[in-house]
Amino acid sequence: MIEIHNIHKSFDGKKVLDGVSGVFETGMTNLLLGASGTGKSVLLKCIVGLIKPDLGSVTFDGTYFTNNKLDIRQEIRRKIGMLFQGSALFDSMTVEQNVEFPLKMLTSMSKGERLDRVNFCLKRVGLENANTKMPSELSGGMKKRVGIARAIAPNCTYLFCDEPNSGLDPQTAIKIDELIKEITEEYNITTIIVTHDMNSVIEIGDKIMFLYQGKKLWEGSRDDIMDTDIRELNDFIFANRLMRDARKVEQEEEEEAESIEQNSKLDDPGSI
Amino acid sequence: MLQHFGNYLLFIASLFYRGEGPKIIFNRTIDEAILIGINSVFIVAIVSTFIGAVTCVQTAYNLTNALIPRSTIGFMVREMTLLELAPTITSIVLAGKVGSNIAGGLGTMKITEQVDALEVMGINSASYLVLPKILAAVFVFPLLVIIAMFLSIGGGYLAGTLTGEVTAQEYITGIRSDFIPYNIVFALIKSVVFAFLISSISSFRGYNTSGGALEVGESSTKAVTFSVIAILVADYLLAQMLL
Repeated sequence: MIEIHNIHKSFDGKKVLDGVSGVFETGMTNLLLGASGTGKSVLLKCIVGLIKPDLGSVTFDGTYFTNNKLDIRQEIRRKIGMLFQGSALFDSMTVEQNVEFPLKMLTSMSKGERLDRVNFCLKRVGLENANTKMPSELSGGMKKRVGIARAIAPNCTYLFCDEPNSGLDPQTAIKIDELIKEITEEYNITTIIVTHDMNSVIEIGDKIMFLYQGKKLWEGSRDDIMDTDIRELNDFIFANRLMRDARKVEQEEEEEAESIEQNSKLDDPGSI
Repeated sequence: MLQHFGNYLLFIASLFYRGEGPKIIFNRTIDEAILIGINSVFIVAIVSTFIGAVTCVQTAYNLTNALIPRSTIGFMVREMTLLELAPTITSIVLAGKVGSNIAGGLGTMKITEQVDALEVMGINSASYLVLPKILAAVFVFPLLVIIAMFLSIGGGYLAGTLTGEVTAQEYITGIRSDFIPYNIVFALIKSVVFAFLISSISSFRGYNTSGGALEVGESSTKAVTFSVIAILVADYLLAQMLL
């Protein structure tokens, strides 16, 4: 479980995060949702320690992270796996070397053990035969898969994904989302995903935090998100014509059901 | 300006703070040394051979007084090569080649979040990426300068003898006359200092790149510009202090 408390961050006097607090549960896919420029990625980077917040704290399973001693922060960081927006694979390394890299740097595994683990992780993300490929030879979806394999290779406890399906076609995006959800549940890890994709929300959003202008505006599950009366959140969700049409159809169906119910009551004199 | 210099010093200090283990740094240094060394031999060979040849021809052109022996041409080529041309010109050429390569490579890693990926893993990215480059440059540049010295003097020999400006005997006599071994030490000291300046300045520029492809290009250009300025300033200061 990851807890954030009162996170503030400004860049050149411009407030990007304004007192964001929340809890990200273990074994769940926790989504940070919001439009572009609302501070989602900055919040994610504050949580993993790539950006130091001006104020506030982050706690990983009860261990204080922000401003703690370096060796404690390092210890926590070794449990973190991260999938970056552009995958951030090392250009000069093959797929195998990319996935092996954290094992080589962070563990005392032998070469054979490392290769076994690499092959296991690549198989888990569906890339059994890509060991010798260079990142430049991979498609966007394959890069994301390799990124996930690299993130989970050292048995991470916390998985962070920064817009994992950006730049992917809808089918591949859903597959990547499903893969992240499966891995989260399979290894019981705490996963935080930054996204502005409503498909992700509907498919995998166990717990969602909606950010608006640097503030947490709403928190809940994917089952609740369609029924909120927060204008900013509704504007975000129903910005898509498809979503608006879906809501319209749903409303019409509800109205029709209500009128049928009323008519049936009127037709049945015993109910009056 | 002062702020940039302060940031540069802090950057250098960060290379040694919670750095990676000696084995990792050693292996990375060897890899970088091979990259810098092998990839630079061709350009260094071409530049130094032609500079030696041009120095020989132009010295011969200026030696109009019949009282001055023709062996002076060999002497002049050697002195200019050892004191200035081999260490300084080679370093300026390498500032363009190696410096832009370092800044471009690190800049690209920075904007594609590869540096962040290292940091998230708990690795000191500056130490892991930059320190081996600096160590490799400091180790390889003197070797390249030694190659440049031989080839420059050889280029002068070829140009002088093939054009008939000087005989082989006269050239070799000039090369061997009044030789001061300290000049070689001075040239190697200069090459080590220049290597440090080029690799550290270029790394600093590359590592602090933000934005996109345009900014990577800007970082490379600035890396070369600042490296060349630093080389020239250091060249003057070293000459004042050590000669």
